[in-house]
Amino acid sequence: MSLFNLVLSVLVIGATFFVFGQRAAAGQQATGTIKLHSRSHYHGMWAAITSTLPALLILLVIVLGKNLLFQHWASHFFPPEVAGGDAVDRAIALAKITNVVDGIKFGEVEPWVQSAGEAWTRWESDTIIVANVLVLGVSLTGGLLGYRRISFKFRARNHVERILTWMLIGSSTVAIFTTIGIVLSILFESIRFFKLIPPQDFLFGLEWNPQFEGAERAGSGGGTATYGMIPMFVGTFLISFIALAVAVPVGLFSAIYLAEYATLRVRGIVKPLLEILAGVPTVVYGFFAALTVAPVVKSVGESVGLEVASESALAAGLVMGVMIIPFISSLSDDVINAVPQALRDAAFGLGSTKSEAVRQVVLPAALPGIVAAVILAVSRAVGETMIVVMAAGLAANLSFNPLDAVTTVTSQIVTILVGDQEFESAKTLSAFALALMLIVTTLALNYYALQIVKKYREQYE
Amino acid sequence: MSDQVSLGLSPERAAERVAESISFRKRRENRFLFLGKSAVAVALGFLVLLFAGILSKGIPGLFQHYVTLDVQLDAERLDPSGQGTLESLADGDFDGVVRDALYEALGGPTGRKAKRQARKLISSGSGQRLMHHVLDNPDQMRSKVALQFAVDDDVDTFLRGLISRDTPEADRRVSDQMISYIDLLQAKGRISYEISDYLFFGSASRDAEMAGIRGALVGSILTLLVCIVIAFPLGVATAVYLEEMAPKNRFTEIIEININNLAAVPSVVFGIMGLAVFIVIFGMPRSIPLVGGIVLALMTLPTIIISSRASIRAVPPSIRDAALGVGASKMQTITHHVLPLAMPGMLTGTIIGMAQALGETAPLLMIGMVAFIVDVPSGVTEPGTVLPVQIFMWADFAERMFIQKTSAAIIVLLAFLISMNAAAIFLRKKLERRW
Repeated sequence: MSLFNLVLSVLVIGATFFVFGQRAAAGQQATGTIKLHSRSHYHGMWAAITSTLPALLILLVIVLGKNLLFQHWASHFFPPEVAGGDAVDRAIALAKITNVVDGIKFGEVEPWVQSAGEAWTRWESDTIIVANVLVLGVSLTGGLLGYRRISFKFRARNHVERILTWMLIGSSTVAIFTTIGIVLSILFESIRFFKLIPPQDFLFGLEWNPQFEGAERAGSGGGTATYGMIPMFVGTFLISFIALAVAVPVGLFSAIYLAEYATLRVRGIVKPLLEILAGVPTVVYGFFAALTVAPVVKSVGESVGLEVASESALAAGLVMGVMIIPFISSLSDDVINAVPQALRDAAFGLGSTKSEAVRQVVLPAALPGIVAAVILAVSRAVGETMIVVMAAGLAANLSFNPLDAVTTVTSQIVTILVGDQEFESAKTLSAFALALMLIVTTLALNYYALQIVKKYREQYE
Repeated sequence: MSDQVSLGLSPERAAERVAESISFRKRRENRFLFLGKSAVAVALGFLVLLFAGILSKGIPGLFQHYVTLDVQLDAERLDPSGQGTLESLADGDFDGVVRDALYEALGGPTGRKAKRQARKLISSGSGQRLMHHVLDNPDQMRSKVALQFAVDDDVDTFLRGLISRDTPEADRRVSDQMISYIDLLQAKGRISYEISDYLFFGSASRDAEMAGIRGALVGSILTLLVCIVIAFPLGVATAVYLEEMAPKNRFTEIIEININNLAAVPSVVFGIMGLAVFIVIFGMPRSIPLVGGIVLALMTLPTIIISSRASIRAVPPSIRDAALGVGASKMQTITHHVLPLAMPGMLTGTIIGMAQALGETAPLLMIGMVAFIVDVPSGVTEPGTVLPVQIFMWADFAERMFIQKTSAAIIVLLAFLISMNAAAIFLRKKLERRW
């Protein structure tokens, strides 16, 4: 029975128990003189829960855990030189075995791989039988046990509600588990990377050149491949800087205009239009940057005698700036609107013009919020992927010239991790180290922005 | 400036100074207003530029050129064993039949060179197209039918006027001989410019004229289904717990911090997590909508939680008090009263989150949905791709026609996004109650 059918049959069993449970409870209600504690459908729900919940949990554990278990078992088949070898050899051995399981064959298969593969296939089929029997068995017994508890004394509602509460709590822990998943997956691989490449070489290295990935494997040392992250961070911040140079003036002045000058009607039209810019998928921006903006930048630059790379940082930065405009404008708009009207009135009372009031009173008051908005925009720009993948280059030039091709952290991550990769090479692992740096950067920026906002809020409350 | 005043400026002198400064200040005021207006104009200009760029390339991409050929459906050649099934048709010489119809339409070119030039006019997938036609219309066998076949992408580009006749023959991808054939076909009225059925019903293909978005569209829908099935219940449950039940303690605080942090994590990182956790540790296959949907669900969860919390908070406490007052339990209050009232707001937030997920590309690249997959996925565990990733892949191809196809795919994607957002706005306007 396939997984889907198994889940479906458990649900059918649950529905059946619901119907019977409700009927039984309602029957007791009808015949007895004593009122039930809970309404009859709670009894039905109780039977349904006892028949589905444990069974589905067991199924989840089996589905998620079987691969880990099989990998552990399969390692018993390894010949001593593999079992005693490093993580690379073991991962290759596992890949060979799974290839046999999937029926993919590359040339001659070693006998131990063949037998491990056959054993794996056997475990798979055994697991399916065990899972079917176990899950259906637990479902039926659980349902029967729940059903038998139905009586006028049984407080079905309290039990059902307690379980629902636990399910709500469980749901809210998903966020925690996601964070843990992100942190652990990136941290572990990064630590493995730092075992191959010393952290100081990564953090302060000025050269990024991961192509020669066979080198450290072959034992000739890491001399040929270099993993310095500085060029990528320079590229990232160069593109972010260009983006901000576009987005901050345009976004901020739009926000000022919309908050202080525009009539309600204009505001009602312009604001949603600006928000469309935020809703356009980044892949569309990337296409636009690569196809429309980059050639224009190149031809304009060349017409004034400048040498422009066809994948210049300027093109990517300009388009990213357009993408960020709505962030800055709507966040600044909120902040400007939060400045108390009394401050403006006081400025007008002293005879200042509107622009003087905005420049000398409103903006200074809103400045912390605006700075926070800009920092949030920087963190968006740093984490933005598709525009730079499509419009910025891959050459890791350490350059501050916006007309050069630069590369960014995110575009390197995508380039390294797209397609099949060997999980043990320093090149693949370097993507995780880059991702670690990326998360640290964005979270630090967000934390900093939050602190500024917190500090600002205290002023008017 | 205040110290000037304290020095004891006479009122006349002060009034004079103000009068002097007025024209200057007025100019400054106007300049400031102008800056504000031009900022809005620049932003809107970018928007117009973006859409004009996409539409001007994409609308032609919705169409392509077809050539109508009278095909003799010869049963002996097309279906040698005569069973009319997909397997027996596989032995048929469909390419040859289409070729003969083409030669006939061109007035019988002689010589191998001329024939080769003629063959380059039509798409290499024409035989396939004829086979599907025969499979769908077995009764037309042994008759002569007029069918439309896509022209080759270079010919299409030429017909759009993007390849000039004046370019030397060696520099263009359409030869003089081919141009004369095209002129001949056009004179006979056999070439038409119609809405591209390949775009909507074709699958991924390296040939620009046959490439379509059907597989990607189905993949997107499947991925979004998985995403909504996971993200909506989880998001609503989390929001209910945090708003209605959670005690103010360390645990709740940790959950809230985590949700805020997740909202700030770059999307590509979710992809890396999906790769490391679901594919490497749990051994799920690559490129499947199931994994894509899970990753996108985790990514959109903060959006859904935050908007659901806002709409739960908007339900006035008097409603809860009334329900509790007539003897409902906490859970009954929530399920019978709070949730139904907060549902429109939750749905709005969910739709906006789904729109985000629909446009997302980077995390799906990480989990291998970027593979070249011809088959349309029929389930969430079949390899597939999604619309934004398809756009990303097509954007890399060099053929000119792919630019138009990419833009056309972008139009389809934007149409989906706009209708989802419009639905969200409509829902909010129609159903949301103000208390």
